Amino acid sequence: MNIVILVKLVPDLVEELTIDSSGVALDTAWLRLIINEFDDHAIEQGILLKERGGGQVTVVAPDIEGVDDVLFTAAAKGADRLIKVKGDFTGVNNHALARAFTAVVKELQPDLMLTGVQANNDLDGSVGPLLAGCLEMPYVGYISGVSLNEGKSKVRKEYPGGLIAEMDVTLPAVLGIQAAEQPPRYVAVSKVRQMMKTSTIEERTVSGLDMVGGPTIGRMFKTEAGQHATMLTGSPDEVAAKLVGIFKELGVL
Amino acid sequence: MSQDIYVVIEHLRGQVSEISFVMLAGARDLVKGLGGNVVAVLLGHDAQGLAGNLAADKVLYFDHPALAEFTSDAYQKVLIGLISKDQPRVILFGSTSIGTDMASTLSIKLGLPMVSSCRSFSAGGKFVSQICGGKIMVEGDLPGPTALVTMVPGGYKAEQGQSAQSPAITLVDVPALESLRVTLANYIEPEAGDVDIAKEPVLVSVGRGIQNQDNIVLAEELAKALGGVVSGSRPVIDQGWLATSRLVGKSGKSVKPKVYLAFGISGAPEHVEGITNSDTIIAINTDPAAPIFGVAKYGSEIDLFDLIEVLTEKVKQSKGG
Amino acid sequence: MTANGAGEHSFYDQVLESTPDGERLRLCLQCGDCSGICPFGYLMIHPPSRMIAHLRADRFEKVLATDTVWMCVSCYACTAVCPAQIPLTPGLMARTKEELILAGNVPAELQSALENSQRYGNPLGESPRKRADWATGIVPEVKILSKVRKKVDVMWFVGDYPSYHPRVQLITKALTKVLNALGVDFGILGPEESSDGDSQRLAGERGLFEMLAEKNGMAFNKYEFNEIITTDPHAYNAIKNEYPGLDISFPIRHYTEFLADRLDQLKPLLKREVKAKVTYHDPCYLGRANGIFDQPRTILQAIPGLELVEMSHNHKNSLCCGGGGGGMWLDGFQWEKAHVRLSEWRVSEALAAGAEILAVACPYESPRFEDATKTVQGAGQLKVRDIAELLVEAMGN
Repeated sequence: MNIVILVKLVPDLVEELTIDSSGVALDTAWLRLIINEFDDHAIEQGILLKERGGGQVTVVAPDIEGVDDVLFTAAAKGADRLIKVKGDFTGVNNHALARAFTAVVKELQPDLMLTGVQANNDLDGSVGPLLAGCLEMPYVGYISGVSLNEGKSKVRKEYPGGLIAEMDVTLPAVLGIQAAEQPPRYVAVSKVRQMMKTSTIEERTVSGLDMVGGPTIGRMFKTEAGQHATMLTGSPDEVAAKLVGIFKELGVL
Repeated sequence: MSQDIYVVIEHLRGQVSEISFVMLAGARDLVKGLGGNVVAVLLGHDAQGLAGNLAADKVLYFDHPALAEFTSDAYQKVLIGLISKDQPRVILFGSTSIGTDMASTLSIKLGLPMVSSCRSFSAGGKFVSQICGGKIMVEGDLPGPTALVTMVPGGYKAEQGQSAQSPAITLVDVPALESLRVTLANYIEPEAGDVDIAKEPVLVSVGRGIQNQDNIVLAEELAKALGGVVSGSRPVIDQGWLATSRLVGKSGKSVKPKVYLAFGISGAPEHVEGITNSDTIIAINTDPAAPIFGVAKYGSEIDLFDLIEVLTEKVKQSKGG
Repeated sequence: MTANGAGEHSFYDQVLESTPDGERLRLCLQCGDCSGICPFGYLMIHPPSRMIAHLRADRFEKVLATDTVWMCVSCYACTAVCPAQIPLTPGLMARTKEELILAGNVPAELQSALENSQRYGNPLGESPRKRADWATGIVPEVKILSKVRKKVDVMWFVGDYPSYHPRVQLITKALTKVLNALGVDFGILGPEESSDGDSQRLAGERGLFEMLAEKNGMAFNKYEFNEIITTDPHAYNAIKNEYPGLDISFPIRHYTEFLADRLDQLKPLLKREVKAKVTYHDPCYLGRANGIFDQPRTILQAIPGLELVEMSHNHKNSLCCGGGGGGMWLDGFQWEKAHVRLSEWRVSEALAAGAEILAVACPYESPRFEDATKTVQGAGQLKVRDIAELLVEAMGN
């Protein structure tokens, strides 16, 4: 079973986000980029499938700041091959990224492609279904469980309210992972450092990143606080008394 | 080619999802500026009844056993034919487990531009999307000639997309649906026998701030005193501290209580999505910058552990013990 | 698990090599004192003495198959009591936790704290850029060394919880007042400071500890100062005892040592009475691990009106608050197993000693003990105050 995992790095929301002087993009000066949380789950799911049924796991990511650490961490978790796609990915949208991944994936000829179901900076759809479109493969997203059989996979697709749809998908296919079957495992720093010495990151180059298909941003701005809650202050006793008053007003008490 | 706005209706097991009505409301907003009709696109099997209260100018209905429940392959095959032929101005999809299975792939297959996470449309037919956990807004012209748009709730109320009158339904021929690569095997129900939080008038909801499972009993006491039940945000359910049926938010339930009391919940968009139909939201969070204060009517920065038991006592007292 | 055969670098060998005097493990008498004194020993399937028995019998897989080593809060009680002077805490316990981490067996809370430490330089997951935000608005302005760029007398290593945790920030601000009142020329690293890494080291993440230490070492080497002081006994322990092994050597004192030295200057400033029975909790890493028992007491006794009483466990056999060795980030896990918290035991002891104030000198303690006062019967009136906060009260500010 040849599994390929597509990963991207996204803005870390712990840091404060600001708009740059162009007014249509995020200021990169203090921007920290981290692995897309759902892609981290995709890596975990891929490793789990390999541990259960054998096979090879390849992780592919664009060459942007922080990518080496992401790839070596994946290796420490059990990924077999690491591929970095080189190109100028600044301000690149998902359509371009999916097209860049397409060339690499065609070379690897995987049975299964896993990627996060979405990312926090998606504005033109998500990488998974875009990639499926480029490769003309089936796509199912919001996956929280995968099992593999000869040439087919049975997936658990999440719907709201805890409802799950079990679907059969013919391979090769692209799956958008919502949650791996177990939370992404911890990797000791020493293991990652060891991988930096023993693993290699292969490189592929893409010429020209084609962004056609995404929207043009007219204006980017921070969400206004807009209406803000009326704040209740005072001691616990005072706040509790105010709340009881509000409950009475609302007819709840 | 037309200026029509097509809305891909989402339904699951005989129920039209709320996002469908939100999209219809959005579509109505768009046609005000762009002209054209709001056209509901309904795929299903023996599902005409689902069109009953859609606020659309007309319904295009595709009937086939393979469309009875959503699967990405079958639905896409139908939509590719429809969109290529009709070339509407905009096609709206839900930013959901159903809509996102289709929209991006269709963008590539049809060579049509797309915008995702759209919350509303502003004057002149511009899209307004939210990204980065709801912290950043993006506005821009709707790309042309045909744009695929996925929508998130929050910008329009579901009622605005509902109609008392049934729109006209046109039955459309379905293309051959064979060699489908994605098929539905079965559904798995969530744990039964628990409360339906969507029907409760008072919800005492807890987030990460509750810190551990043992503190949930504090919320339960308050909920009991107020005649409600306990619900939670994703981190609490993920830890197994509350059953999945208690999850409020994008992957859980949309609730519409009289009072939604949020304790230690930051207010990430995925959660807020589930509470926008509440009458009154009251948020307790020690972080003054928590996004929840932007949707709550009342709030307090007080530590929930300082407040909750005192509040429960006062509520009990006001009821006379 | 490889055999303890000659020529093989077995886990046993690794434990022996993990600390300078690790070889003492061979002298274990199996007396069981360690397991007996361990506050959670009764809950561990394999308390320390049994771990050694399994190790020497080449059956350590049995220990690694369980998760009860995560009940260890690295309090050093076992190490302090061992008649063979085996370095149990930094050697056996830390190395066993490390083995579990390498196998990917980490309780979820702890995993977050470790990942946050890696990514943000603090276990709380706060932005490193905000590490000095606590100092905003303080007059005179707290010197941040990257901005001030001149020699200071004292570099104050503030620490994670003192920088970010709202309760502990109050203590940080209190110490700032005391230092300013004494005219101390001090500066802080602010955003350039990373977690000292000691609790992460004892929780089994040796690699993470080294990474954090290296970063701190680079920051220390950029500036000129005569000594380092800290409110955090864990940082004290790391910088004093562990950093030199990584070629990062700087003189460091706990703030109670620093202030005790300046008692003649400090006493005249303590004009207001703090009329209360106060009991002092010896932090594990200040007291038991580093032998500093007297200076904090000397300072407390200099406060007018203060009556110092001792709890039944004091000085070397003080009871841990439960925060060390990763305990701060294992609360859920430990609660599931124990249904009692060490901090609650300690608060009960403070009440039994007749104390009105529980004095502390470690940043983990004030949030832990204050939480405990809410759950222990009769502890509602017990106040928890860091020594710095009591000094500020006595200064009349």
